[in-house]
Amino acid sequence: MTTATALKHETEMTWQALCRRADLVPFSGVAAWIETAEGPAQVALFYLPCDPATTGGPNTPQPGHEQTLYALDNHDPFSGANVIARGIVGDLQGDPVVASPLYKQHFRLTDGQCLEDDAVKLRTWAVRLDGERVLIQA
Amino acid sequence: MSTQQPLIIIGNGMVGHHLVEQLIERGAHRRYAITVFGEERHLAYDRVHLSEYFAGRDAESLALSTADYYAEHGIELRLDEAVIAINRDTGEVVTPRGRYPYHRLVLATGSTPFVPPIPGNDREGCLVYRTLDDLDAIRATAENAATGVVVGGGLLGLEAANALRGLDLDTAVVEFAPRLMPMQVDAEGGELLREKIEALGVQVLTERATQRIEDGEAGRHRMVFQDDKVLEADLIVFSAGIRPRDALARGSALEIGERGGVVIDDRCLTSDPAILAVGEVALWNNSIFGLVAPGYQMARAAADTLMADALDRAPETFGGADMSTKLKLLGVDVGAIGDAHGTQHPGARMFRYLDQIKQEYRKLVVSGDGKRLLGAMLVGDNGYYDTLMQYYAGGIELPQDPAALILPSSDGAPALGPDALPDSAMICSCHNVTKGDVCASIDAGACDLATVKDSTRASTGCGGCAALLKSVVDHELESRGVEVDRSLCEHFAHTRQELYDIVRVEGIKTFGELMEKHGNPETHRLGCDICKPAVASILASCFNEPITDAAHIPLQDTNDTFMANMQKNGTYSVVPRIAGGEITPDKLVVLGQVAQKYELYTKVTGGQRIDLFGARLEDLPAIWGELIEAGFETGHAYGKSLRTVKSCVGSTWCRYGVDDSVGMAIRLEHRYKGLRSPHKIKLAVSGCTRECAEAQSKDIGVIATEHGWNLYVCGNGGMRPRHAELFATDLDDEALIRTIDRVLMFYVRTADRLQRTSVWRENLEGGLDYLKAVILEDSLGIGEELERQMQAVVDTYACEWANAIQDPEKLKRFRSFVNDSRPDPDIIMTSERGQLRPA
Repeated sequence: MTTATALKHETEMTWQALCRRADLVPFSGVAAWIETAEGPAQVALFYLPCDPATTGGPNTPQPGHEQTLYALDNHDPFSGANVIARGIVGDLQGDPVVASPLYKQHFRLTDGQCLEDDAVKLRTWAVRLDGERVLIQA
Repeated sequence: MSTQQPLIIIGNGMVGHHLVEQLIERGAHRRYAITVFGEERHLAYDRVHLSEYFAGRDAESLALSTADYYAEHGIELRLDEAVIAINRDTGEVVTPRGRYPYHRLVLATGSTPFVPPIPGNDREGCLVYRTLDDLDAIRATAENAATGVVVGGGLLGLEAANALRGLDLDTAVVEFAPRLMPMQVDAEGGELLREKIEALGVQVLTERATQRIEDGEAGRHRMVFQDDKVLEADLIVFSAGIRPRDALARGSALEIGERGGVVIDDRCLTSDPAILAVGEVALWNNSIFGLVAPGYQMARAAADTLMADALDRAPETFGGADMSTKLKLLGVDVGAIGDAHGTQHPGARMFRYLDQIKQEYRKLVVSGDGKRLLGAMLVGDNGYYDTLMQYYAGGIELPQDPAALILPSSDGAPALGPDALPDSAMICSCHNVTKGDVCASIDAGACDLATVKDSTRASTGCGGCAALLKSVVDHELESRGVEVDRSLCEHFAHTRQELYDIVRVEGIKTFGELMEKHGNPETHRLGCDICKPAVASILASCFNEPITDAAHIPLQDTNDTFMANMQKNGTYSVVPRIAGGEITPDKLVVLGQVAQKYELYTKVTGGQRIDLFGARLEDLPAIWGELIEAGFETGHAYGKSLRTVKSCVGSTWCRYGVDDSVGMAIRLEHRYKGLRSPHKIKLAVSGCTRECAEAQSKDIGVIATEHGWNLYVCGNGGMRPRHAELFATDLDDEALIRTIDRVLMFYVRTADRLQRTSVWRENLEGGLDYLKAVILEDSLGIGEELERQMQAVVDTYACEWANAIQDPEKLKRFRSFVNDSRPDPDIIMTSERGQLRPA
């Protein structure tokens, strides 16, 4: 791969409209398809709204964790099934995480790192809200 | 290693094998070239449990070790090779196959059964009970026999009688003394023992001296007694005590006791210091020790003697042994501690307790001032043994009223707790493990029972100390704070039970509110996969709001979220409720049609339902739409909640049934369906005592009787099966339901997260008696409250699936992808035996 093509890929990273805010489930996950440079991929989207008034949720995030949306691989490398979006969201040792619904490994929402196995890391994507639209960079 | 001196051990019984282990532990296999001779074909086996050989255990499972173990440590094991002579002049032992030089020699030849010198005692079919070969001979003879007699009513005689019973022989025991087990029990205890053993169909004849054995008429043999009375039998087993096998020692002119036995000193040395003796062949201080524990003590002393200069401590010596013992003979508990007859201590005083209804007898022998326990005798219930043994062995001062120690424990006998034991208290006498040793093992890092057993070997001999060891280990671990932190997780410094109480008392209805008021402020307060489902379960148990409501949905495990069971490929299985296992043909047809339409794999479950596998997430609402239309409701197979109430067909169809088990099962299932609990709950109802519904393996088991229902609680199958315990008998329908209401709600209130009723029950302080007091006698005064809470759950039941499919907002979740209706292309199925399964 030459420098020129690498640069080309980077410039092609664009914000795609993925779904609506109403498709999200507060304090939980949903799955969606995105188009990436490598082809279609399944992402797990987690929505941790900051404003407690938004839902009946408990959340009063600590400073530095104001982010409300996270996007990770939906593919669970331990089971080989596409189920990460259906895991329980929580926080462990200061990090927001999702627990795989099959074998219960934890993945950090911020960078996809598996807490039980240093060698395993899910891909992550930048994702944000634009009004009622959910945008993802891929 | 050419300088290794030859060490020969003659005998590979329990004690001989223990000696080998002890030698290896001390590194003796590097100093000595060790050769072990065993007369039998078999490697050392567990003679204590020999009678289990007829109950299905084979030689292999009785074996104490493997040939590999010997080989690994360079020990030459020569089985099926009997030593026939010892030549002390040349320092050799002689076998039919050769001569073997020794530098040191150990006799571990054990004993032979004593066969009284009665004319006719060598007739064919007159056998002994000692080795596996003996047992094979007994079994072979028994094949053509209907009746059997055991000569000898002591410990071994009753063991043999049990074996004959196991072979379906009409069995009698003939004892010379006026009572059974004359060494262990007195006249009263002996009488009780006779009653109990006769009740098992074993004929007991005492004060019978056999004069001769001759041809019989009805049986093969006729025994003629001193008063010319006779007893006929096809098979006779002599088990009237043991005699040391000292022939080799006699032949080589070692010092022998007057009545046999190789004389040894405290170091297990015989009159020839090159030769040692251990076990039942050895005579110490004019006594033979016919139990395994003293034999093991001798083995340790002998190993120390052989390795004395290599030890970094004083060698252990043998200083006699306590012959206290507890046994279960023919299912009857017998225990004897110390001076059980009170004959060795002038001025001793006694307490005695006799219950002829329950057939229990207990006796205490105490010092004249009533402060020390000198001995004790137990017939019928050995539950008292451990505590008494500790008073006796530890020399612990008796309580004010020693009688309480042998009165029925429902009166609150003051059990000697593990904390009251001194460090010197013997826990395992087989392996010489004291409480101090257990504590040292824990201090060295052992943090559970299994590790303590591994490192100390406690409770790996006869196993009689298992309960005592567990209580000591538990207590010591607890006192070291091993289990102090009982926080649910990093978000809540509370136990599940505490959170339950908080939720109920403060009326907290959401996870958010609970986190805000009681959560750990150091965290992000999102919760985790431990506390969220636990709190969801508590909220459901208390308020029974639909679990798919917005406030609760983020708390649920995926199975609860989608009200189906996720399988390994991300698809789900669907289990509609089939209460009591009863289903109409019409509904059965619907299940088949739905399975066909959605290409589901079908399998019948252990809980008498039908499981439909392979449902895709996006198909679940449509599948349930059709099932609900046909009258099905959710089966909660996905929840920590009531699963099924299994039943047999009962009196409706079965000629043995005494009550309508299906009707009761359906009633119970509809009552408790939807009850969220710390773990899953399974029930069963059997229509008669044949128990076809396997109720005694369930959390709640109900069995019909002539007079109502018997209730069993806290059983389970699974990884660690546990029989349910009989809780109440002959209840009418209403009393049954009231009692189950209380038990289940008390479990929901007090159990830990993911704790089945069996573990909950085992951890309940006070055990079954406490549970009975709370539920049946309402000792906490919460009985009606528990019933009210259960009624509230019953009254608020609604099918979760029926609730969800009416709510478009909830159905939004049942999409594989929020921006695409394509199914997940990675779910690939293949066909097997006519159905689809994950590829």
